[in-house]
Amino acid sequence: MANQAPAIELKGISKAFGPVQANKDISIRVMPGTIHGIIGENGAGKSTLMSILYGFYKADAGEIFIGGKKANITDSQAAIASGIGMVFQHFKLVENFTVLENIILGAEDGGLLKPSLAKARRTLIELANDYGLNVEPDALVQDIGVGMQQRVEILKALYRQADILILDEPTGVLTPAEADQLFRILGRLRSEGKTIILITHKLREIMETTDTVSVMRRGEMTATVKTSETSPAELAELMVGRKVLLRVDKKPATPGDVVLDVKNLKVKDEKGVERLRGIDLRVRAGEIVGIAGVAGNGQSELLEVLGGYQDGTGELLLNGQPLDLSGRHSDGQSRRARGVAHVPEDRQREGLIMNFHAWENTAFGYHHDASYQKNAMLMDNAAIKADTAEKMERFDVRPPDPNLAAKNFSGGNQQKIVLAREIERNPDLLLIGQPTRGVDIGAIEFIHQQIVALRDQGKAILLVSVELEEILALSDRIAVMFDGQVMGERMPDQTDEKELGLLMAGITDTANAHSVDEIEENLAHAGGDAGKEV
Amino acid sequence: MDVMPKWAEVILVPFISLLLAAFISGLVVFAIADVPDTAITMMDRIGARLDFVWGAAKLMVNGALGSTYGWGYTLYYATNFMFTGLAVAIAFHARLFNIGGEGQAMLGGLGVAIACLYIPWPHWSVALIGAAAMAGLFGAVWAAIPAWLQVKRGSHIVITTIMFNFIAASLLNYLLVNLMRPKGSMDPATAHFREATNLPTLHDLLAPFGIAFSKSAPANVSLLVAIAACFALWLLIWRTRLGFEIRSYGESESGAKYAGISPFKITMIAMIISGALAGMMAINNVMGEAERLVLNATEGAGFIGIAVALMGRSHPLGVFIAAILFGFLYQGGAELALWTSIPRELIVVIQALVILFTGALDNMVRMPLERMFLALRRNKAAGAN
Repeated sequence: MANQAPAIELKGISKAFGPVQANKDISIRVMPGTIHGIIGENGAGKSTLMSILYGFYKADAGEIFIGGKKANITDSQAAIASGIGMVFQHFKLVENFTVLENIILGAEDGGLLKPSLAKARRTLIELANDYGLNVEPDALVQDIGVGMQQRVEILKALYRQADILILDEPTGVLTPAEADQLFRILGRLRSEGKTIILITHKLREIMETTDTVSVMRRGEMTATVKTSETSPAELAELMVGRKVLLRVDKKPATPGDVVLDVKNLKVKDEKGVERLRGIDLRVRAGEIVGIAGVAGNGQSELLEVLGGYQDGTGELLLNGQPLDLSGRHSDGQSRRARGVAHVPEDRQREGLIMNFHAWENTAFGYHHDASYQKNAMLMDNAAIKADTAEKMERFDVRPPDPNLAAKNFSGGNQQKIVLAREIERNPDLLLIGQPTRGVDIGAIEFIHQQIVALRDQGKAILLVSVELEEILALSDRIAVMFDGQVMGERMPDQTDEKELGLLMAGITDTANAHSVDEIEENLAHAGGDAGKEV
Repeated sequence: MDVMPKWAEVILVPFISLLLAAFISGLVVFAIADVPDTAITMMDRIGARLDFVWGAAKLMVNGALGSTYGWGYTLYYATNFMFTGLAVAIAFHARLFNIGGEGQAMLGGLGVAIACLYIPWPHWSVALIGAAAMAGLFGAVWAAIPAWLQVKRGSHIVITTIMFNFIAASLLNYLLVNLMRPKGSMDPATAHFREATNLPTLHDLLAPFGIAFSKSAPANVSLLVAIAACFALWLLIWRTRLGFEIRSYGESESGAKYAGISPFKITMIAMIISGALAGMMAINNVMGEAERLVLNATEGAGFIGIAVALMGRSHPLGVFIAAILFGFLYQGGAELALWTSIPRELIVVIQALVILFTGALDNMVRMPLERMFLALRRNKAAGAN
């Protein structure tokens, strides 16, 4: 084995985007039949590196060797021809095509579909036998669960005879059980001699599945180590460049009065599909209630209706006083006036205007605030800038420049701008969705501390996150959502990921054993659009 | 990080685009130039053609800017384009494409005509305020209907505003032929407005200061209203809460909803302001120049407004400058058509080239410039290290 050629070898890869050096002199060797992990914070250059490997970008310098031979990967066709298959974070499937049609899409032999489909069907059966990748070839993609869709993506790559599979953040939309299933499949692929590159920011996945791991920081490869010879703490330190707390430090909660009382809340989307099907939920002062669930099971709608930009029916009480669920007083302005602050799930689409300066974003949503006005007509831009500079300093936003456009801050700093705006309003209730999505580890620590500090001031916090670890670490109480309903509430110290995972798949009878197929089945029939981007 | 310094962004890019447009226009004129029979050799013929291009360029500049008469026409056209350009610009800030400036300006003309014909104004200044209000109101209503249809019925505003241009043209045709035409007149136009509503021209305004200005040029006090409108719109967009909400909505509808900004309210308000500005153009062409409402009084100024807003990057100052440029092209073009064998249609070609280069082909100039500035910066950084 020792003198075998590496499946992939990168030598001195560099790539700059304008003034930003995304990849700097990167070299790695991945041996065939291994799983190689690549971890790094957001913006560390992982995706750029993989895009170079897959032919989306051309490297400024450096060479790629595949199976010991120098490869010239000019586009994705060339990458596929050299045996590289890519499974993207957001699936590239045609929803109203069948599984089989999706698999041959772009790899048809000749103008007629029938022979291609027949060949694909035969190949699919072989692949299913070889790797345990069972799919229903004639099912429409929109009717199958997310785990299945991901399997289709893997099959697409294998159908194109990929020997090297790259998976970009593959577990982002999966329940823990589905993720386990995925890793079993990856293990099987490895034992059949395939090479797998796994890109993730989850340390646990790296520790459990990979053979070797490379750490990237600020465009550079800081280390490549054998997974068996490292620890999560060491990897985290390599990623961030300093020691980080992996656990959230917090005192036990002392819940007070009920601040938010949700009774039988229902929401229908534009198509008339019921997205929330009768939610009952209470959040008390001084407690963090975490909403766990696979993305697309109604958490977004819950935040939207509470934040005032989605109509609903039912009853909503804030400090015992009713909040309107539709009509004139159900908008975001009225909610803010009543003391509801909201850090939305998607800061780039909702929380910030990316082309606005930081100071404009600080006024965003609070632009009617009296201290921001010069007179009855005009806004006081200087006052807003001064206020922004103060908030940026308190929340350690870097660079602390109120005149910089939001798009020019890193993900973590963008999130801090939103957090500063919402938390500094001293709200009674803070709604917070995906607080650390796309945020680097160093900033995660800070953001978690801020949320806990707000709780300790006696504020009520409703936290929505698809990261189960985050929910477990922050919440004082956990409610699990599935298909627009709350499946159950648990205390974080009396539950574990396995039980929550079953609830997330809609199985309330958590005491008995359940197969992955049963979970898949349940998720596929949930009716919720589990694969949608949130 | 912004790649280019701001001055390059707002001055250099449009300037180079203009030079390119002028160069291509020159080539076109070169191709169709009149060559005298005396030019026989190749060099003579080329020389004659170059002379012709040079003569045409001089004629344009002189005709538009060489005299107060030329300036009077250039500024008159520019006033029209400022109003319609601002109208398109404010809608752009809310990410609405108002192609209906033409129809809104026609309706504005109707408003002016009604105000001037049926109300006995004591003085032009009061008449101007009243007529401007009516023009704005009529234009606003004409823009509010497509806006309402978009938010409540999902009909796309680009389609509806275009259709409303046709409806406006037909409506005016009907009104002028059947209702507003004075008895016995064969001309589909209203009667002349009363003397008290006639606006002072730049000649009248500048005379007290001892500045001589052409008596027959149509530029009038509306120019000052247009300049005031530029400033007011700048304040509105960048300094008020409403402007903040309009810009937020234009940048991100999902973001605006999150912040509690009503898409219905912003779409309606932005289109009402837009329609009112387009309508107010009528105080210039109907009240200030023709002094009666004629058929097709707008002469396409509503569409030029789109080009003006594009070239001016939807910024009121940019609109001001672009409007004067297009006023120059209009007046210079008219002179060309009058004094040379260059056909009227070619003037439209030149205007189209300017729109093409400054609006549509913007990136063609911008990207090489950005690369250049980037390289400059890198060299500087390398030198510093």
